[in-house]
Amino acid sequence: MVKPSRSYRVFQGVNGVVLTLVVLVTLYPFVNIIARSFSGERQIRAGEVALWPQGFNLTTYKIVFEDAMFWRNYGNTVLYTVVATAVAMVLTTCYAYVLSKRHLKGRTALVGIAVFTMFFTGGLIPNYVLITSLGLKNSVWAIALPNAISVFNLLVMKAFFESLPTELEEAAQIDGLSTYGVLLRIVLPLSKAVVATMVLFYSVSFWNSWFSAFLYMDKSELMPVTVYLRNLISGATTGGNAGAADAQLSQVGANIQAVTIVLTSLPILCVYPFVQRYFVSGVMLGAVKG
Amino acid sequence: MSTTTKSASPPGLQKPPGADPPPPPTARSGWRRTLRRDWQLYSLAVLPLLFFLVFRYLPMIGNVIAFRRFEPGGSIFGEQWVGLRYVEMFLSDPTFWQVFRNTLWLGGLTLVFCFPIPIVLALLLNEVRRRSLKRFVQSVSYLPHFLSIVIVAGITMQMLATEGPVNHVLGWFGHDPIRFIQEPEWFRTIYVGSEIWQTAGWGTILYLAALTTIDEDLYEAARIDGANRWQQTWHVTLPGIRPTMITLLILNVGTFLAVGFEKVLLLYNPLTYPTADVIPTYLYRTGVESSSFSYAAAIGLFEAIIGLVLITSANTLSRRTVGTSLW
Repeated sequence: MVKPSRSYRVFQGVNGVVLTLVVLVTLYPFVNIIARSFSGERQIRAGEVALWPQGFNLTTYKIVFEDAMFWRNYGNTVLYTVVATAVAMVLTTCYAYVLSKRHLKGRTALVGIAVFTMFFTGGLIPNYVLITSLGLKNSVWAIALPNAISVFNLLVMKAFFESLPTELEEAAQIDGLSTYGVLLRIVLPLSKAVVATMVLFYSVSFWNSWFSAFLYMDKSELMPVTVYLRNLISGATTGGNAGAADAQLSQVGANIQAVTIVLTSLPILCVYPFVQRYFVSGVMLGAVKG
Repeated sequence: MSTTTKSASPPGLQKPPGADPPPPPTARSGWRRTLRRDWQLYSLAVLPLLFFLVFRYLPMIGNVIAFRRFEPGGSIFGEQWVGLRYVEMFLSDPTFWQVFRNTLWLGGLTLVFCFPIPIVLALLLNEVRRRSLKRFVQSVSYLPHFLSIVIVAGITMQMLATEGPVNHVLGWFGHDPIRFIQEPEWFRTIYVGSEIWQTAGWGTILYLAALTTIDEDLYEAARIDGANRWQQTWHVTLPGIRPTMITLLILNVGTFLAVGFEKVLLLYNPLTYPTADVIPTYLYRTGVESSSFSYAAAIGLFEAIIGLVLITSANTLSRRTVGTSLW
């Protein structure tokens, strides 16, 4: 650092301002939504809510909490996320392990089969027809099975398995462990980091997904909470909000959306600070390979 | 939990060592030896291959219904050949051309804004000297990426509501509230804006990673040659992240037509169809809502083929010109 020139110092100042703006623009919507969720309907309508709740009240939270459909759908989200993540982890781990074996004959073809699907897919309609004719509609399998392997995650895991030292596996094999035994008792215990990352990748994506359920579920009691929220914001009248209908009509509308947004994103916001770095490292690993 | 997945395939499929990978015609004895040694590995690939076959390749083949008459409840491959009837149908459908134009607009605007902004942001972050500050900005800007698209759409609508913050700010300048969500001329701005909000931060990750791999000596050399900060950025930093830029550009071009279908579906409404309706939403409505499966499949196939052509040509072009390519 010979001479931090004047223009460079000016740049640093401007840069600081720009990045501060980025932070503010990113965060403001969250703060505003949280403030709205605790505000009175009249104050929201008047556009008085900015950073802090106006006309503080918890009525809307009470309405949402008392809606049985909300809890039902929230439970569905948990169920779908757990089942779909479990299925995805089993299939992805198995295939990634197979693909990581460099000596395996036909490995290139096996990789190709997976990678090609990144660039060409069947499309919405044939998928819809397929799921319908397989009789998977209205079941958790309609969500879990068609999304069981994300090729990106597969490649991340494959890259990790390839980086493991082969000596341990060979030694275990000589000691008489089968391939399954090697995978379960040697490889997986060494891969806790990548397994955790993959579980996070999958569970966040299943937690956030809505379209599969929207497409393949016919009844509102089968919907995940994302579809509950979707129905709220699109103004669709579902039977689910009947409880909220008469008593406090003045509280619904924009306010109830804010509350649902807060409650739906809460789990993600809570774990986010702790798991963020796993996501970053996972993406890096995938980028190096992909 | 693993037992639940296995129920998807008959137990007999657990270990047929001969079945899975397509063997080349020669070297038959070699294969026999390989199978004897590695059949357990191949058996692990059976379920995943079944997944790819049923849920990825079968729908690809299912696209034949674009050329066949399809009846709900009948075969997923349709009943009888009708040739190019459905293709001709959508080519002469004025709505199709409108949604095609809309798709090009949305895809183009997304490419123009959402591709460069992460690069700029990454370069700015790279100049931050205080590591804690840099980390904080990164953490905050990644956050929207982790939210469900439904939440992003919900937040967007709340921000743009007639009593929302954006209209509130407009009020300071004496502007009447705008009903953003109902106005067709605002849709593209809203879509691209919310896309930037959600993806710009996360998009910096790969660039920041590439930036750390640039050799410090190159900057040193540039400084000795009298390059100022700006020249260093132009001649050292940007060439350093060029492979990343090209790779992401190719990917972006490849997904050009597959505009954020779910986001459009959540943000649009009949009032904004003139600008908001895109190929995927149109084929969703014709296919799933109106049950014109063959017609919608024809449109979907058209879109997928264009996507494949786009990514292949972008890849070839960049391999010939700058020597970076995906494959």
